[in-house]
Amino acid sequence: MGLYLLVRAAVLVVSTAVASVVVFAVMAVLPGDPAEVALGVNATPEAVAAKRAEFGTDRPLVTQFLDWVSGLPTGDFGVSYVTSDHIGPQIVDRLGVTLWLVLFGMLTALVVAVPLGTAAAVRHRSVGGLLLSGLSQVGVAVPAFLAGILLVFLFAVTLRVLPSGGYTPLGEDPGAWFQQLLLPSLSLGLVQGAVLSRYVRSAVLDVMREDYIRTARAKGLGLYRALWRHGARNAAIPVVTVLGLQLATLLIGAVVVERVFTLPGLGSLLLDGVANRDLLLVQGTVMVLVVAVLAVNFLVDVLYAVLDPRLRGAR
Amino acid sequence: MTHVPDTAVATGPVLTVDDLGVQVGPVNLVQGVGFTIGSGERLGLIGESGSGKSLTALALMGLLPEGLRASGSIRLRGVPDDLLGTGERRLAKVRGRTVSMVFQEPMTALNPVMRVGDQVAEVMLLHGTRNSRAEAAAAAVDLLDRVRLPDPRAMARAFPHQLSGGQRQRVMLAIALANDPALLICDEPTTALDVTVQAQMLDLIGELAAERNTALLFITHDLAVVATVCQRVLVMYGGRVVETGDVYDVFTTPRHRYTEGLIAASDLSVVDGRGRLRTIPGAVPNGGEFPDGCVFRTRCPAATTRCERTPEWSGPPGHGFACWHPVGEDR
Repeated sequence: MGLYLLVRAAVLVVSTAVASVVVFAVMAVLPGDPAEVALGVNATPEAVAAKRAEFGTDRPLVTQFLDWVSGLPTGDFGVSYVTSDHIGPQIVDRLGVTLWLVLFGMLTALVVAVPLGTAAAVRHRSVGGLLLSGLSQVGVAVPAFLAGILLVFLFAVTLRVLPSGGYTPLGEDPGAWFQQLLLPSLSLGLVQGAVLSRYVRSAVLDVMREDYIRTARAKGLGLYRALWRHGARNAAIPVVTVLGLQLATLLIGAVVVERVFTLPGLGSLLLDGVANRDLLLVQGTVMVLVVAVLAVNFLVDVLYAVLDPRLRGAR
Repeated sequence: MTHVPDTAVATGPVLTVDDLGVQVGPVNLVQGVGFTIGSGERLGLIGESGSGKSLTALALMGLLPEGLRASGSIRLRGVPDDLLGTGERRLAKVRGRTVSMVFQEPMTALNPVMRVGDQVAEVMLLHGTRNSRAEAAAAAVDLLDRVRLPDPRAMARAFPHQLSGGQRQRVMLAIALANDPALLICDEPTTALDVTVQAQMLDLIGELAAERNTALLFITHDLAVVATVCQRVLVMYGGRVVETGDVYDVFTTPRHRYTEGLIAASDLSVVDGRGRLRTIPGAVPNGGEFPDGCVFRTRCPAATTRCERTPEWSGPPGHGFACWHPVGEDR
């Protein structure tokens, strides 16, 4: 197990390093000089040159890269060309909001998908099972932002039971914090839950056909207890794979949903950065998102080893 | 093993099966199967693949695949009701306790993510034959030792993928015998194993069953195995019992033409004119595609128009055959 984790950790470190190069390179080749953007179209070449020197963008790319990347481990993402603010604290501040949103979205997806998918599998020959499968198919087709708008229409506009947007930090008012996160999490999670339920269904169907479930039943376990005791962990292995991929999707989905609900998360920070041509801010935000996805993949690998003893001994 | 099986009702057969049928929709896959197994008796069930042996066993366990129904009557000593028609909840209490089963495929029959010892202990905790987890765990190690696994303590902590096929089948046997069942059903338990470990496994099953006076229903297509392990034999073809009797009688003087063919095909010392081993001509039809009348008539060398009618059973229930033109009788 130690070796397996060591290899996975090494993969995490290497891919993070590669990602930093790619993110920096993509930003570097994008047209648009931050100095020109900052000074406007009427600036003199001298003024632009002076501004470049101030930003440090006149230095060789390698020097700029090393300068940027060496700050990352300590949370130093540089100073914005547009607002002259430090980027690091902004990202940390916004990251909290997005992480809560993604976490609640994931929980919603799991709470929806596991019972729904299991029921659809166990009753796969009945009308109810088909209905559940059909329902999840409809859910898959709905984009998160549309789900968000529909939820706002229902709960905020018509029923007036939940706020349509805004954010209160957890420390200030936990009740308001939860209420304001609820609709965004639901709109993010319900759609992913529909997607996930299809994977849960097929994983449970596969497990139901396994010989060891028959063995469990021959021991005297009822079908549901056999599935729970002997099937759950086995079915979790493919579901965890999909869950890992979905967390990446959720991060992307959060960008859109934060807009719909005016949440001050990483997604809205990113969109603001793009709108203001704040190159360094976009660069830092993208880097954080990439690292988050890589970290999730690492966690999925660790979970595999926890779930499946066959992975621990080997390699 | 301090547990003593119910001796209060230790009279009469352990298992009585009467007119057992298995249907999928309107199609009969098994029909009219009837037999009894006495206490400590060993009954072999033979026939080619597709003859309904495994379906019969699964019907006895109440574990038929989805979509299949069983009819008839199955009575187990110590269980007041007919197993067919008993609710799933009560049936679950019987499985693994009064009747247990060892399956054909040891490689996939154990849960890959659960330790072997836990899988053995589970069946005892489930039926309350051990009082605590610690007691069940100790009993599991003891059972693993009884099925002659080396270093049973280490085995109990191992996961199934760390064991060989033969070792996994021993674990299955330990699970099946953990609660001292009155009846053990073995469905081709050695078919998937290396030839070298088959004999050891057979000896072990025979020995442990004899020790506990466990009745045995042994399903196989290997006649030599039946001759080694069993006292009586039931020959199945096309979902029906075609012949039954003591192993010695049936194997030395078969009466049904199918039994005769099976025995001839098992004799590796006899070859035909072209130097090839004897076979039964044709192939086993798919389920539901057997002919009416005598199920074997499409492959039988002695078949006549008379065979279009279902042959009557000749002889007493535990000893006889169903054939219009039995071996040794001229037409």
